[in-house]
Amino acid sequence: MLFWQILIDGFAISSLYALGATGFALIFGVSGVLNLSHGALMVAAVVAAWAAGAHLHAGPYAGAALGVAIGFSTSLLTYFVIVRPLQHSRKIREEEKEIFILTATLLWGIMIQELIAYLYTNNAKTVAPIVEGVVWIVGVRTPSNEIFTAVVCWLVIGLLWLLVNRTRAGKAVLAASMNPRGVTLLGIELSQVYIAVWAIYGVLVGIAGVLLGMFLGVSSYSVGPLTASAFAIVVLGGLGSVSGALIAAYVVGYLETMTAYLISPAYRTIPALLLVVAVMYVRPRGLLGRR
Amino acid sequence: MNKFKKRATCSPMLAVLPANAVFLALALALATPTYAQTKDPIKIGVIAEAQAVAGSSIPLAAQLAADEINAAGGVNGRKIEIVSYDNHSSAAESVRAFQRAANEDHVNAVIASYISEVVLALEPWAGRLKTVMITPGAASDVITQNIAKDYKHNKYTFHGYLTSTSIADSVCDSAKDLLVKDLKMKTAVVMSEDAAWTTPLDAEYLKCLPKIGLKVIDHIRVSPDTTDFTPIFNKIEGEKPDVIITGISHVGVQPTVQAKSQEVPIPMYGVSSQASNSSFWQDTNGAVDGVLYQAVSGPDVAVTPKTLPFVAAFKKRFGNFPSYCGYTAYDEVYYIADAIKRAGSTDPDKLVDALEKTDYVGTIGRVQFQGKDTPYPHALKIGASTITGLMLQWQNGKQVNLWPAKVANGKLKFPKFIKVGSAN
Repeated sequence: MLFWQILIDGFAISSLYALGATGFALIFGVSGVLNLSHGALMVAAVVAAWAAGAHLHAGPYAGAALGVAIGFSTSLLTYFVIVRPLQHSRKIREEEKEIFILTATLLWGIMIQELIAYLYTNNAKTVAPIVEGVVWIVGVRTPSNEIFTAVVCWLVIGLLWLLVNRTRAGKAVLAASMNPRGVTLLGIELSQVYIAVWAIYGVLVGIAGVLLGMFLGVSSYSVGPLTASAFAIVVLGGLGSVSGALIAAYVVGYLETMTAYLISPAYRTIPALLLVVAVMYVRPRGLLGRR
Repeated sequence: MNKFKKRATCSPMLAVLPANAVFLALALALATPTYAQTKDPIKIGVIAEAQAVAGSSIPLAAQLAADEINAAGGVNGRKIEIVSYDNHSSAAESVRAFQRAANEDHVNAVIASYISEVVLALEPWAGRLKTVMITPGAASDVITQNIAKDYKHNKYTFHGYLTSTSIADSVCDSAKDLLVKDLKMKTAVVMSEDAAWTTPLDAEYLKCLPKIGLKVIDHIRVSPDTTDFTPIFNKIEGEKPDVIITGISHVGVQPTVQAKSQEVPIPMYGVSSQASNSSFWQDTNGAVDGVLYQAVSGPDVAVTPKTLPFVAAFKKRFGNFPSYCGYTAYDEVYYIADAIKRAGSTDPDKLVDALEKTDYVGTIGRVQFQGKDTPYPHALKIGASTITGLMLQWQNGKQVNLWPAKVANGKLKFPKFIKVGSAN
């Protein structure tokens, strides 16, 4: 019974992690940017979806749509206001740009977090679920919303796979992640690719955020832990590897769920973080890393 | 030589100044007492969390009370003036505000904060600066325990809200009627967040629940960082209790929403501070339906004849309902004014003596403080003749009061997925 419970609960949360980390890995793979405002963007999407319901009396679909729209636009704002000026700066030496962008995105994330706390308090927010009720799966009472979450995550990941492998624009993105200079030689504007990647990332982050808001709920305090979990998953999977991130999301998701059920919910994140440290020692490039 | 000259020219001035100052001070000292008793306003400092949902009501409610008292002629002809300070929920900022209130703004009393940690930081300062301080919303028992330990220094602090222990007792009192008598419940699991205020709360729960006939089969302390409550509810459900007795304040939305989405069939009953806010239905998208929570006040509950007129006046002036510490802050201004009237003075020691003899019917009940020889001096007296507390339940977007029976305005009602008595 407990086995099935862990299997089902772990699958839902892992799928959510997978979706969140995919975008994070994609950005790093293509532009070498570690976006430490990741958690803040997710929380912004949740709060927007919540506010749509609470203040504008929007239905669950409209709320979710607004949440995704805010995730999308905040992501592009992050790129244009924070990342791009630093990438193009002539005053910062090339080899120092990564650390500048790292710091800038971290501070940007904190700014968003504080703004949310100021405007909407630091109380937790949840998004009205699109599907309600429970279903019984092998004797486990499972919220329908949990199944919905897993299905949407995999649909979106599937669409992303199609986009990257089957469309011209997607192929350019894939090529850019393999060899940025080669892509420019083919006459593709690298900055166009970056914008495309940040746009895709924004949609992924918005969807992941809204689903998380329906599933567990977040507060402005969640910004740090959400960034940390995406970061841990991506390091475990291998920096820049999307398929590595997908596998790592399930490793981390199940490890957390098992800890919560078998030891204590208070220690939920600890074993996964220890695993990341261990991977850094033993296999620094992660499960499927190529750098 | 030059130096000497300078000193020589200065010294007559220096000699003259103190003489003037002494004269001035003497003149002021002789003049002010008679003047103060007739014209000077009585100043009450309010140090509160102006940006937090609960704290924002404190200065507003205090101002409302002051304006009402002033409109009725003030206290012995003196007006009441509220001096407000925003502490940004920080203990350090509160201490600075308290120092400023006492030393520069010369307030006669302070109403401070709903956060126990903040009030505990201010308590020694109330003693050092000999300034009366009353908290409208903190719960920790340590506040009054400190007064018992060192009455001479800490007697300036008064606890204007229930202690955690009395909150637990209030929950048990209502559970005896609502759960044991009416629903024949026999077993409970205590689920509290891991925080300072829940330590005495849980200790009292574990004592008083068995006394009313509810056997405690497990006691779970939840980390305030918990995001996924599924494993906790899962464990509790496996133990088959009739009810979950809660002690949650910092966590609130997430356990409430997740219990609904997982359709946990066991009712939740106890302290859920956020549920007392009128916005909690929206915050949880209605998942709070059926949740029961202890409070000292509620919308449409006429605890005393003063309650509803206060709520109406607050709503009319500020556009929303007061939080729980709005009621207490409003009462506090009234009984501080009453104590000053009885003492005939704003002298802090006389004010303490007068406040100790407070017998005032406010918006949450009849306010009387426990004596200095009790374990909790200056804590509110709790009981049928003073303050009983209430037990409310969220039903279809409304906070309905179920207990005590004489002020109840509804009947216990659960959403479909909650199976009362399914455990037996």
